[in-house]
Amino acid sequence: MATKASRSAARLMISPAVLLLLGWMLVPLCLTIYFSFLRYNLLQIGETPFAGWENYYWFVTDPSFNAAIKNTLVLVGGVLAITTIGGLFAAILLDRPMFGTGIIRIMVIAPFFVMPTVSALVWKNMFMNPVNGIFGRIATSLGFQPIDFFGQIPLASIIMIVSWTWLPFATLILLTALQSLDQEQLEAAEMDGAGWWSRFWFIMLPHLARAITVVILIQTIFLLSIFAEILVTTNGGPGTATTNLTYLIYVSSLLQFDVGMGSAGGVIAIILANIVAIFLMRMIGKNLDA
Amino acid sequence: MARAVSNRTKVANTAIAGALGFLMFFPILWILVLAFKTEEDAIRAPLEVLFGSGWTMESFATVQARSDYFKHFSNSVIISLGSTFLGLLVAIPAAWSMAFVPSKHTRNVLMWMLSTKMLPPVGVLVPIYLIFRDLELLDSRFGLTIVLMLINLPIIIWMLYTYFKEIPGEILEAARMDGATLRAEILYVLTPMAIPGMASTVLLNIILAWNEAFWTINLTASNAAPLTQFITSYSSPEGLFYAKLSAASVMAIAPILIMGWFSQKQLVRGLTFGAVK
Amino acid sequence: MPTKHTLLSSAVGFGIAALASTAVAEEITIATVNNADMIVMQKLAPQWEEATGNTINWVVLEENVLRQRTTQDIATGGGSFDIMFIGAYETPIWGANGWLTSLNDFGDDADYDLEDIFQLVRNGLSADGNLYAVPLYSETSFTFYRTDLFEKAGIEPPTEQITYTEFAEMAAKLHDPDNGVFGTCQRGKAGWGENMAFVGTMANAFGARWFDMDWNPQLDSPEWNAAITYYVDLMNNSGPPGATANGHNENRALFKDGKCATWVDATSAANDVRNPATSNVADVTDFFQAPKQETDKGTGWFWSWALAIPASSQKADIAKDFLKWATSKEYFQMVGDTEGWVAVPSGTRASIHEDPRLLEAAPFAETIKNAIFSVDPADPTRDPVPYTGVQFVAIPEFQGIGNYVGQQVAAALAGQMSVEQALANSQQFAVREMTKAGYIK
Repeated sequence: MATKASRSAARLMISPAVLLLLGWMLVPLCLTIYFSFLRYNLLQIGETPFAGWENYYWFVTDPSFNAAIKNTLVLVGGVLAITTIGGLFAAILLDRPMFGTGIIRIMVIAPFFVMPTVSALVWKNMFMNPVNGIFGRIATSLGFQPIDFFGQIPLASIIMIVSWTWLPFATLILLTALQSLDQEQLEAAEMDGAGWWSRFWFIMLPHLARAITVVILIQTIFLLSIFAEILVTTNGGPGTATTNLTYLIYVSSLLQFDVGMGSAGGVIAIILANIVAIFLMRMIGKNLDA
Repeated sequence: MARAVSNRTKVANTAIAGALGFLMFFPILWILVLAFKTEEDAIRAPLEVLFGSGWTMESFATVQARSDYFKHFSNSVIISLGSTFLGLLVAIPAAWSMAFVPSKHTRNVLMWMLSTKMLPPVGVLVPIYLIFRDLELLDSRFGLTIVLMLINLPIIIWMLYTYFKEIPGEILEAARMDGATLRAEILYVLTPMAIPGMASTVLLNIILAWNEAFWTINLTASNAAPLTQFITSYSSPEGLFYAKLSAASVMAIAPILIMGWFSQKQLVRGLTFGAVK
Repeated sequence: MPTKHTLLSSAVGFGIAALASTAVAEEITIATVNNADMIVMQKLAPQWEEATGNTINWVVLEENVLRQRTTQDIATGGGSFDIMFIGAYETPIWGANGWLTSLNDFGDDADYDLEDIFQLVRNGLSADGNLYAVPLYSETSFTFYRTDLFEKAGIEPPTEQITYTEFAEMAAKLHDPDNGVFGTCQRGKAGWGENMAFVGTMANAFGARWFDMDWNPQLDSPEWNAAITYYVDLMNNSGPPGATANGHNENRALFKDGKCATWVDATSAANDVRNPATSNVADVTDFFQAPKQETDKGTGWFWSWALAIPASSQKADIAKDFLKWATSKEYFQMVGDTEGWVAVPSGTRASIHEDPRLLEAAPFAETIKNAIFSVDPADPTRDPVPYTGVQFVAIPEFQGIGNYVGQQVAAALAGQMSVEQALANSQQFAVREMTKAGYIK
């Protein structure tokens, strides 16, 4: 259907978006690359001489660097696992006939509306605080030693908080996809004597593959740059237990104000993010072809 | 549902789903309760908080006296609505052209757009801060609107693209046969059909913009500061502070929660990202 | 005709005043933290606004966020703030960088009476002889303790400076978690201004130092090891659960709630803890010196929260006017009259510390003053050091190093690594940073 005229019109119409995003990507990217080769610390006035690969060397040999890479992967992987699997079951559950569907759904998806700073603060103080938090209160009243969440299981606690926010998102998308599933197909399978498990495995799951892909893709984009939850609860610690790559860059460029090294970290993070992106697209991109 | 479902199954489903809903909603419910308690009551044992203490609006008054809620609130509204509106202006034509005049690059362009979202914001804060300083955009609602528009643009484009793709091309061709111009085609044929999809795009973007807490805190001071900054004023304890923190949290999330409540159906139906064929 | 003359001149005076006030009616932006004394200032500030016709935008941030936002703004000349709350660490460094407006002319104002502010505090807020900030309060650290719990446990409150070993014995005796009382609460939240403030002074007491005279980091020394080992043991044996999440404010809340028997922390918290309106333990709290160990040098820190004007501010004159108001004798008296004299910020003005109303409401004010006077930031450690600062090292690189070491200490406290490992990591990091910055060739 594409005529020559509509092609050029199409190009014209897509160009503002492309130009804006290109600018938004290139301008800071070029500046970041430029800064990454300078000896540039905001706290030191004076010259910012050329530094060669020095900043990259310092960033990669940072004692926290390996931990940051590992934590980033565990954080993203952990949240993805919890939200996808949990979201799958929540969606199947919510798709069943029940009373008060509307109110139950809104309760399940409500956490997605809560801003990350608020959710981190609420979990940290009202729930995970071992003295006054609810979990601590319950443990103490049952005669157990309360868990010191951010001391003993810091990364797991953060994964839990982040999952609380993103589980509703996964549920929403999977629920929408589930609703488009052909009920008659399911019923026919049931008549043929297929149990719940085989119906789930052979009918529902293949139908949901595309939706699961979308959940993973979108969430990965957001989870790679998780920041507020860490800043509010653990500041990346204890030690480096909850320092992810984003937080490590924050430490270098905004706590040590070493813009040069922070920029080198930014460039590295961009490269890594793109590797993840390419990997993701290869793995699941074909699922997205319409 | 074609099948007749016994009431007993329905009750069982309701119980399990209700339990899940309650668990997910409980943290929000809890701050809602604590916000109406005195500081002393707020740190008592959970059951005592619920049944053994009175209710008060005190904390809301304290919070309002200390920080101007309505200023932050209106900044949040302006920034999230503004960025969504600007985003739509740019995204609709782009999504249209990708959906209806696809080329072999379409998918790559789309993926490239999404990948710009993977730029870690902390890595580019200093450059952006310097640019904003020189353009005198620091602490301005306009600057923040632009930034939020840009960071959410890929998501808007992708969502719209998937909705547009679901619209059968024959309808457009029919319109074209009837001599509709491109503008008329978009305005009178396409847009009405895409309204449900656009509604959920708009909703999702308002939520994302409302909750964005990195750029909004770092690029504002006071004039353009939205609710994300309002909440940071209460983030470190100052004596007993659970009630104050709860009240401030409720004030920060209530508008978006209420909006979500009313548009729940749209969201549940609309958030497909092309996940449904 | 004298009457006419006066009338005329006062009319002219009014005219000028009116002109002046319309001319300067401006909006200034102040970045501040949500500490109790700053919240009081926010509450009283409308009086200044009414008197001058100017308005204030308060930007209230959490301490870490405040540091990051203000440093970023001032170092890039962003100009978002007209007044900032900064501390004794930043002021000399930023002042020397030319980022702050000099406040030397405050000395010419007889009403303001700059000399009335303690010399020690003014020195801490100066660089190259220029004053760059004026203090709202200043502090050292001492030990808060619960008289009722000491009595119950049969412990005689010390009158002399005790050692940390003796302190640990006390804390163990007082520790009673089943009744919700912990032997001691100390800072565990990582950060150079959080756990490292306490740990730093404790390390001083154990004879440790950050750097030797050639700027070589000393974190792998036996002294540091002894100090951190002691700290981890103390907190594990007699501290509250989840100590790695507790900073100054968290501990203050715990102490005021009656959950701690002892607490070594800022003197500036004393008025809040002893204020019956805000504290459950106002009547049963008293103070003794922070403990010593190998040495008594540098066992109490020195800090001051002060107001400064960035050089990038366009409204320096109005900002100065506010600074004068907010740190004047009248301001402190106003706090006394409205909030009670026990709530008056301490450690800045001699005249306020001599005020009988303060001495009556806060008899401990004298103890605080003497404790502050006993600190010498220029000679903080047993062994000689090239730096000034008790719980910090007054160089720009310290923030990064202090934060990192703070995280490692917190990891040791949480039991995620051994003390040796934590200190080895810290040493490695400090050597890196000092090499990067060119101190170590």
